[in-house]
Amino acid sequence: MDWTIWVEWLIKSLFVVFALLTGFAYLTLYERRALAKIQVRIGPNRAGWQGLLQPVADAVKLIFKEELTPAKADKLVFFWAPIITMVPSIVIAAVIPFGPTTTLFGRTIVFSVANINVGVLFLMAVASIAVYGIVLAGWSSNNKYAMLGGLRSSAQMISYELSLGLGFVTAILLGNSMNLHDIVDAQRNVWFAVVQPVGALIFMIVTLAEVNRAPFDMPEAEQELTAGYHSEYSGMKFALFFMAEYQKMIAISMIAATLFFGGYREFWFLKDTFLSVDAIWNIGPWQFQAWFLGPIYMLLKVVVLLFFMIWIRATWPRIRYDRLMSFGWKVLLPLSLAVVFISAVGVLVAQQFDNNWYLAIIPIFSSVAGLVAVGFVDQALRRKSYASH
Amino acid sequence: MLIEYIAIAVLLVLSTAVALIAVGLGTIFGPQKKSEAKSMPYESGMSPYGEGTRRMPVRFYLIAVLFILFDIEVVFFLPWAVVFRQLTWFGLAEMVIFITILLVGYFYAWKKGALEWE
Repeated sequence: MDWTIWVEWLIKSLFVVFALLTGFAYLTLYERRALAKIQVRIGPNRAGWQGLLQPVADAVKLIFKEELTPAKADKLVFFWAPIITMVPSIVIAAVIPFGPTTTLFGRTIVFSVANINVGVLFLMAVASIAVYGIVLAGWSSNNKYAMLGGLRSSAQMISYELSLGLGFVTAILLGNSMNLHDIVDAQRNVWFAVVQPVGALIFMIVTLAEVNRAPFDMPEAEQELTAGYHSEYSGMKFALFFMAEYQKMIAISMIAATLFFGGYREFWFLKDTFLSVDAIWNIGPWQFQAWFLGPIYMLLKVVVLLFFMIWIRATWPRIRYDRLMSFGWKVLLPLSLAVVFISAVGVLVAQQFDNNWYLAIIPIFSSVAGLVAVGFVDQALRRKSYASH
Repeated sequence: MLIEYIAIAVLLVLSTAVALIAVGLGTIFGPQKKSEAKSMPYESGMSPYGEGTRRMPVRFYLIAVLFILFDIEVVFFLPWAVVFRQLTWFGLAEMVIFITILLVGYFYAWKKGALEWE
């Protein structure tokens, strides 16, 4: 083994860590500014131009805050819980491709930290680890609010993880591979969000629940649980939970973009133009592939998906906990099973007749299934509405 | 390639280092003024009663058991989905049988009220 491969790994790992850390810092600012704009406020704009130094100020403030450990807390677990929550939110980005495979400095560069053939399985496995940190934090604090918050959070995350897993299965079915590079390449002509719109929609709803975002932020419902599982945390340990939440938002938007929105690939209307990631640019004597457009497209898609998450937080109230659980178990789970089944049948029919236009039955039938689910929710809510009491 | 997993280990070490440095910075620069009241569990200003970790509702346990059942189902789906185009209609029929058996259990749990949250 060549020593340069270690350098390559180190550079790629550092890139991912710094991208997620700065992404986290500026996502907090982006969220506060966007929420302010939606609520017709101004938001933080004092530290630096347009508030661009606000994340730095926040970090400095948190560093100089006192860290408390409650007397009755389990000291060891209390210390490690925020770290166990934060680390998977970075590691999960290891398999996400952010550019096409290309040749640079005479060697083949794969634009992801690791190009493993079970990428989707890796995503599922690492996504599950985040639950541990939250449960351990809730339990080790020895506080009733924290305990309840941790329990609620774990119950919610594992319930929605089923539909998340089935969302992954849909993408694997359509992409015919577990390798994320292959899944992105399979979306060269058409995004999976177009082939399977209901699957993509379910995936996006479920990711909101997975990162405990509004309207599924019951674990942190401040009116009833003060702050949920991180009630007893302060200073940088609290900051780690905060970091984990926002990095998970970024990572999961990257995953959604990779699985359903073409990943680093160009938008469909730019295909075969010079703005495609496969295009060869000739500038003067140099000739090179436009690989650097990959991260740019990825960033654009992630920013749009993140904006949707923020927009939802600004618009919708919190869902009641019993409704949240029954939505996950009684609506999303059967619906995602149906979506997987429809995708499987569609893929088979298209393969049988050797004509990809038959894939059109997938969006049609899954939209029907989605409408049935919406009707079911409507009926259930009508029966239980306060008007009938 | 198996060697790629070393790259993930590199990222794991780096991110753990970042987390430890963050906590370390807070410990070095943060003030340390311990007091009796500060180290009590926070219960919105009331003096806490009883243990912090107490008995929890059995619902959470039930959800955890159901989750294990259905998550294993999802894990079965993954290898099936990869080789699906080679298995064709046979693979689909197999999976439909598997899902049907599972759905029987699902509807049983539903009718028994295991999915209700009252």
